Formats: sequence, structure tokens, C-alpha cells
Amino acid sequence: MNFVLSIVVSFSAVMGLVLIPLVGVWALDLRTFFGTVIPYVTLLVFFLGLIARVIGWSRSPVPFRIPTTAGQQKSLPWIKQNKIDNPSSTLGVIGRMVFEVLAFRSLFRNTRMEFRDGPRIGYEWEKWLWLFALAFHYSFLVVVIRHLRFFTEPIPAFVTLVEQLDGFMQLGAAPLPGFMLPGVMLSGLVLLGAVSLLLLRRLWVTQVRYISLPADYFPLFLIIGIAFTGVLMRYLLKVDVINVKELTLGLVSFQPKTPEGIGVLFYVHLFLVSVLLAYFPFSKLVHFAGIFLSPTRNLSNNNRMLRHVNPWDYPVKVHTYDAYEDEFREKMIEAGLPVERMPEQPPEQAAETQQQGEKD
Amino acid sequence: MADVPKSEELAKIDHSLPPWQGWMDTPTEIREGIACYGVAPKNTEVVGFPNPRQWSPFDEDWKLPENWKEIVLEGLRERIERFRSLKIFMDICVRCGACADKCHFFIGSGDPKNMPVLRAELLRSVYRKEFTTAGKIMGRFAGARELTYDVLKEWWSYFFQCTECRRCSVFCPYGIDTAEITIIGRELLNLLGLNIDWIGGPVANCYRTGNHLGIQPHAYKDMMDFFVDETEEITGVKVEPSFNRKGAEILFITPSGDVFADPGTYTCMGYLILFHYLQSLGLDITWSTYASEGGNFGFFTSHDMAKRLNSKMYAEAKRLGVKWILGGECGHMWRVINQYMDTFNGPADFLEEPVSPITGTKFENAKSTKMVHITEFTADLIKHGKLKLDPSRNDNLVVTFHDSCNTARGMGLLDEPRYIIENVCNNFYEMPENTIREQTFCCGAGSGLNAGEDMELRMRGGLPRANAVKHVHERHGVNMLACVCAIDRAVFPDLMQYWVPEVDVTGVHELVANALILDGEKERTTNLRNEPLPGMEIEEEE
Repeated sequence: MNFVLSIVVSFSAVMGLVLIPLVGVWALDLRTFFGTVIPYVTLLVFFLGLIARVIGWSRSPVPFRIPTTAGQQKSLPWIKQNKIDNPSSTLGVIGRMVFEVLAFRSLFRNTRMEFRDGPRIGYEWEKWLWLFALAFHYSFLVVVIRHLRFFTEPIPAFVTLVEQLDGFMQLGAAPLPGFMLPGVMLSGLVLLGAVSLLLLRRLWVTQVRYISLPADYFPLFLIIGIAFTGVLMRYLLKVDVINVKELTLGLVSFQPKTPEGIGVLFYVHLFLVSVLLAYFPFSKLVHFAGIFLSPTRNLSNNNRMLRHVNPWDYPVKVHTYDAYEDEFREKMIEAGLPVERMPEQPPEQAAETQQQGEKD
Repeated sequence: MADVPKSEELAKIDHSLPPWQGWMDTPTEIREGIACYGVAPKNTEVVGFPNPRQWSPFDEDWKLPENWKEIVLEGLRERIERFRSLKIFMDICVRCGACADKCHFFIGSGDPKNMPVLRAELLRSVYRKEFTTAGKIMGRFAGARELTYDVLKEWWSYFFQCTECRRCSVFCPYGIDTAEITIIGRELLNLLGLNIDWIGGPVANCYRTGNHLGIQPHAYKDMMDFFVDETEEITGVKVEPSFNRKGAEILFITPSGDVFADPGTYTCMGYLILFHYLQSLGLDITWSTYASEGGNFGFFTSHDMAKRLNSKMYAEAKRLGVKWILGGECGHMWRVINQYMDTFNGPADFLEEPVSPITGTKFENAKSTKMVHITEFTADLIKHGKLKLDPSRNDNLVVTFHDSCNTARGMGLLDEPRYIIENVCNNFYEMPENTIREQTFCCGAGSGLNAGEDMELRMRGGLPRANAVKHVHERHGVNMLACVCAIDRAVFPDLMQYWVPEVDVTGVHELVANALILDGEKERTTNLRNEPLPGMEIEEEE
């Protein structure tokens, strides 16, 4: 499958998803269905799916301790260990995971191979992926936190704080005060920008384009759709926020209501989010949970200090020293090598030894 | 040996990828120079592996059992249930492409299926088809595909174009380790008798004779006697190694390659000289002919076989009644010792926590496995001033150091060998930072790919390493590539000859022995290679 087909397929899929609530709410007026049933069902799928995934992973054991060591091991006391990249303690592993999960440390190592005539192979600066990924994940997180305002009453202080930090730009930076009301939230725009850049990168870098599946484009288009409808609602085609909050509070208090007067755009937004939730556990997006269980990252390199037990270990057939000596005893004696038993062996065994000797 | 194109020809590598044709639609070609020979039936039979028969990967028919597909899929299911690593790595890749240009085989070949992510997708695509709902329903749109004969051949081709070096795993944001994928992929192929002979042969040999070259005990002893004579000629001192000696304090195990092929032989002589030097300081050490292989080619077939071969180390230590084990310079041997041995065949409760008899240093990092790396041992000796060294004897050498993949990324042995080199040589230069330590590049022939018939593959895979050597050769006049791996020592001479002919290859303990001043030695005029020492060239001529 080439990339054009992959893009067409995944883009059409997202467009199709946009049409569903448009038709459903506009033409068929299925507000309760899209405002209540779908969110509940998809949220359930999200949580159950994710739990099933994590349980599924945990049910496969970790037979061997196989961390990828990316720094100096703990060895002699005067050799400086790299405690983060080659941890030998739980604390080190936590440190490694914190850097990995919060700062994408491994991605930060990224370089771009330059193959020049000669040949001269260079490894050039390439932090774009790291930067886009970091911008994407953190802005998404901020957006999610900000959305808690729709699900809480009173709104917790940290949500307000995040909002204030997120909106700090509106003071000095908005070129036309008053035009951009309500205050510009940086995170939504960064999210939209970062996810678009990730998409462009996927198309631009030939290697990444070559390996991409529809399953890589689909979530990008979906998130672009979510961010785009969100930004649209906030700045241009405003929806009635009071009514929206009535709906969302109804959802969390299990007294679902679908107030009139909420624009269809909101239902499109909500539906895309619902699809993302339901899609999440069954897609590559589970990397968010999987990273915590990755045996090359979450284990300490203390293999020689502490025995790791393989739960499904079983005995295997080995070639014992006795079998070895039986085969080579005479040659060993001749070469002056010590043996366990001198060749006063029963005749049939002696014959066997000789036979094997002849085979060689 | 297959004909290898000239290096200027081979260096023209096209990394552009087909714009319109997806990888699933690109057929795999198994070709001379890249592929290794199929395992011979006699080697399969010795260890009781499935489907022994004469076969060739270049033939259409690989003579598989009729239910081959069932065997593979059942094998895959079993391994998904046994290895969390596999299960997670099948599920969480986001195809960000960070690993794509990190693989030495991709850099050296431009073949997109050598990008680590695609190597894994070869297996992942089948996993999706068989084990995920999305894959079953949506097929190729979900990146899923059927396991066919051609897919199986593709697996074989690319799982034997991966050296399990783990470089990609360093760059992966989730730590997805292609080595793990390849190890398990090869395990599946092994269920059908689809290994290569350069792995199958050594495995059979290791199993029976204790070492991968199939050297029988008397021949092993002969070779050592030869080293004893050689070192006496060079140093004037007669070393006296012992073999299979019960009651020794330490058992020494090193790759057998160093006993039989240059330049590893000089490293082996280096060990003999060092041990002799330490004898008067209290070292009581023995070699073994039964456990005469440090390397573990079983690791390149299956976890079970790795365990079966590895068992000899503890078995021999127990039989001889030693206190602990010292291990020589080797790459994958140390991945196995560091990350598998204790789990495979431990607990080694019949051994004691390793203590250096000379310095009294406790090797606490090895207190459970009870096996110490010789560079840890020697670095400790140097730190305590126990070795009389004359580094100027290595002044003819301008040295750089290659980190072996396995000791770097499966252990983290980085500074120990460097500390030794800096104490026994006066001229040491590092290669560029993206090519050393945890980012080191493979020699191009690890994991059993150091055969003769795949020479083109080896030259391609070794290119990034050779290119970095060339860089320091041109900049600093480096003429010696030091390493702590027997496979490195076996394959680098060819690789250097091909890309940087001015550079030779050495083990770290060859350098140590050259610099080591022995009690009662004669005036040394040559190094272990019988080449004149610096300053001795003129006397030689007189």
C-alpha cells in the first residue's frame, strides 16, 4: 500500500466520522445519543480496553532481565556509573523512567544520518521529532486539564492556574486587543500546530513516509479534527458554553441531560473525542501505557548482583562433562590433561568410545 | 567466499526509497553475498533441532514440514505468552522512525527492510493478522498480512541481516529492541530447521567439544603449548598454564576463537603472560577444555540452546571446585553472562563472591553471578599499581577503541577497557561520539553472521564502524583498532582491509602484555606479533 492510499483512506475515515454527528444531530436530532450514549459507551471502552491491555501485557512474564544499557555500568568503586542510563537500583530506574516519560530522553538522542560521497557518513543534529513530540504531548495534557472546567463545579484551583498560565500570552502578545476574545489559550494552538507538524514530518521524511500505515495517519487526522473543532468553537463559531457545561456536568454526575441550543459543532467535537477514546486501547496509542512496562527501560542492570528468576524455566538437555570425557578420555590422557576416571571401563563402553573416536 | 564488489563500488549506496511501492508489495530477493548457507543436517541432528535435511536458501523449495505455518503461528503464540518484551514490542510501536537510520545494515545497504522498524513490522504484520481483531477485520489497512511462504522467506532473509546489536533500542522512545524481535524471529525459524550453517556448525561443535571450532581437548592443549613456546621466545619467560585443574581458585573462560585465529591468538598469549605475572602475587587460575568456549552461538538459535551451552560454565566451575569465574574478552558472551546466565543456570551458590586475590577488591557487581570480566579485573590491578607497565612498548601504535555492541548496550562496560588502554598505550584517540560507547556501531558480523559467503553483507554492515575508524585514521593517524570481543577480532581484519587497509586489529590484553614488564624477562625486542618494538627496528637490521 503506498502512502497516498494510506492518507486517502485515513483522511476519508475521519471525514466520515465528522459526517456521522452532522447527520445524526442536524438531520435526525439524535442529541441524547451523541451527547450521552456515545460518550458513556466510548469512555467505558476506553477504560476497560486499557485495563484489558495492561492486564494482557502483565500476564506475559519477564523471563530475563534485559535492560538496554545506555551508559557506564556499576562496576569498580572508582569508575563513575551512569545511574540514570544504566541504573542498578530502583531509584535509578525511576529516574530513567521519569526522564523517558516526561522528557522523551531517548528521542532527544536522535540524529540524522547523512551519507556523503567518499563515503563520509555524518550524524547530524535532528531534534525536530523530539520537539514536536514534546510540544504535542504537553499541549494535549494542558488542553485536557483545561477541559476539567467542564466537568467540575466548583472548578479546582489547579485548573484555573493552568488556564491562567496557558492564557498569559493574551496580555502583551495579541496584536489586536479585543479581537481575539475570549483570551487566547496557547495550548490549543500549539496542539494543532504540533500535530500538523508531526503529520508534515511523516510525509516529508522519506523513511518515515515509507514505514507509515493508515493506522499512523488516522490518529493524526482525528486529533487534528478534534483540535480544529475545538479552536473553531472557542474563537469563531462560538457555542453556548453554559449549556455545554450543563451537559458535561450531567455526564459526570450520572444525571445526563442534553440541553437545547448547543451548536452541532460541539457534537462533532465530542464525537471525535469519543472515537479517540474508543480507538485508543486498540491502537498504537497504547504506547502511553506500554512504555511503563517496557523491559528494556524499566529494569535495572543489576543482573550480576541479584538473580532474576524466570517463572517458566524448565530443564534442558545438556552435554555433561562425563559425556565429554567419555568421548575424549584417551586423547586427554595422552595430552596430559587430568581426567575423572582412568580407562578401566567396561568393554562395551570402551568399544563405544573407540567408535566415536573413529567417527571424528 | 562470494565475490565482493570493490569498495568504491559498494560505497555508492542509494538511501532513497521507492516513492510509490509499499514495502509489503516489494518482493524479497535472497541473493549471494548477502545470505548465508543453510544449516547442514549433521549439525542440526547433534543438538536435536527440528527438520534436519540438506537445503539451500537459494532454492525455491526449502523442504519444510507440511504444517510449517501451524508450527510457526503456534510458536509465536507461545512466545507472546512467555515474553512480555515481545508482546509489548508488537503493540506499541508508533513508527516515529527514530530508529530508521540508526541501523548499520540500513546505512550500509540502503535496503528499507533493514530499517529496524520495518524488520519488526515483518513480524508485526503477521502478529496483527493472527492475534488482533483490527488486523483480522481490516487486513492491510491495519498493517496486517497473511503468513505465506514468501513472508517466511522474507523473515529468514532479514532476521539474518540483523546482528542483534541493540543500537536502535537506544534511540527508541519505548525501548523497543530489535535484538529481541530477531532473537525470537530466529527461534521461530529454528522450529522449521531454518538456521544458517555458520551458526548451526558452531552450536553443534560447542555442544560436543565445548568450543565453536570443534577443537578436541588434546588439540586445544597443543595450541596452548604453541603459545607457551612463542611467549617464551618473545619474553624469555616460560608461562605455565594449567587445564581442568581441580582446586584452583579461579576458572578462566574465554572465546575459543582467540585460541585459533590471528589476531585473537595474541590476545590469548596476553592472558597467559598476565596470569603468569600474577602467579607470584597469588593468582591461582585454571583453563578448561570442557568449558573452552566463552561465546554462545546457541544464543543465535534459541533461548533454550543458549541455556544448554551456557550450562557448561557453572557445571565446570562446580566440578573443579573453584571459587569464582573470570571471563575473557568477548561480546555476546557477556550479554549472556550479564543478562541471562544466572537466570538460565543459577543460582551459583556453590561459588563464592569474587574477590581479587591480588588486590583484595570485592567485585560486588558480580556477587550473584560470580563471574568477572577480565577488563574489570585488570583495571583494578592497574588502579592498585600491581602491574609494572612500560606503555612506550606500544608507541608504534596509535590506538582507537571499538565498544562491542553487547558489552556496551547489554552490560555497560565502557570505561574499564578505556582505563586499561590509557595505561598501557601512549597514543589513544576516540572515534566520533555518535559511534562509540552506547551508540557504538556493530562490526557488521555479530550474532553468527561472520561467515564467508555473506562477505558483501559484512562489508556493508561494517561500513559505519569502518568509516569512523577511517575518520580517526585520517585525523590522528590511528593504525590500531582495539576491541574486547573475539568476533570483532575475527571480522575486523577483513573489514579494515576492505575500507581502511592501514588499520590493524588487537585485543586489549595483547596491548597489556606488550607493556607488562615480567620478572626475569629478556630484553624485549619484539611485540607479541614478532614485530620489532619501537626503537628496536635498527637493532633488528644489524
